[in-house]
Amino acid sequence: MTLGKVIGTIVSTVKHEAYHATKIMIVQPLGWDLQPRGSSTIAVDTVGAGEGETVLVLREGQVAKELLGGKRVPVRSVIVGIVDQVDIGPKT
Amino acid sequence: MYLGKVIGTVVATQKDKNLVGIRLLMVQPINEQGEPDGEPHVASDTLGAGRGETVFLVGSREAVEALPDINGPVDAAIVGIVDRVDTSKPAKDCRDCKDCRSCPS
Repeated sequence: MTLGKVIGTIVSTVKHEAYHATKIMIVQPLGWDLQPRGSSTIAVDTVGAGEGETVLVLREGQVAKELLGGKRVPVRSVIVGIVDQVDIGPKT
Repeated sequence: MYLGKVIGTVVATQKDKNLVGIRLLMVQPINEQGEPDGEPHVASDTLGAGRGETVFLVGSREAVEALPDINGPVDAAIVGIVDRVDTSKPAKDCRDCKDCRSCPS
């Protein structure tokens, strides 16, 4: 999983049925230092993440399929957690 | 998944049999501000997206799941037509800009 920051949402009426009743969020990928890395991506939210929150993003279709359910699920990126804190450094 | 803008159509008469009947569109990937972000590429469309529309797509293995009932050879598929993008991220990165007087955000 990678870290990301929720920076917006997508409103879409006409979409694949796997996305019906889902929240589609715009996520800015972050590095281990919580700094932006590259371009924003789209992910389906499964944990009620809000704009501005730091989240855990999973990018694996099989797990996305299991989380969302359905026969054909063209979803790859899923928000699976909201991050409280990241601690990195030598053992104190 | 990522945002894109439909910039054209692609016609291919000779192709894999699992692509027959699948609409192919040329899509320019864009960021949340609507700015081009990467090279245009071809994506399958099952939703009837039109030229100039903003769409969101899925790439890689999961694109195949967007096709109805068949496993066609695609690596990018349009999975939604975007009505609206809501983002509070400012268009310019404040740290590089330093032009606060004319900044709307």
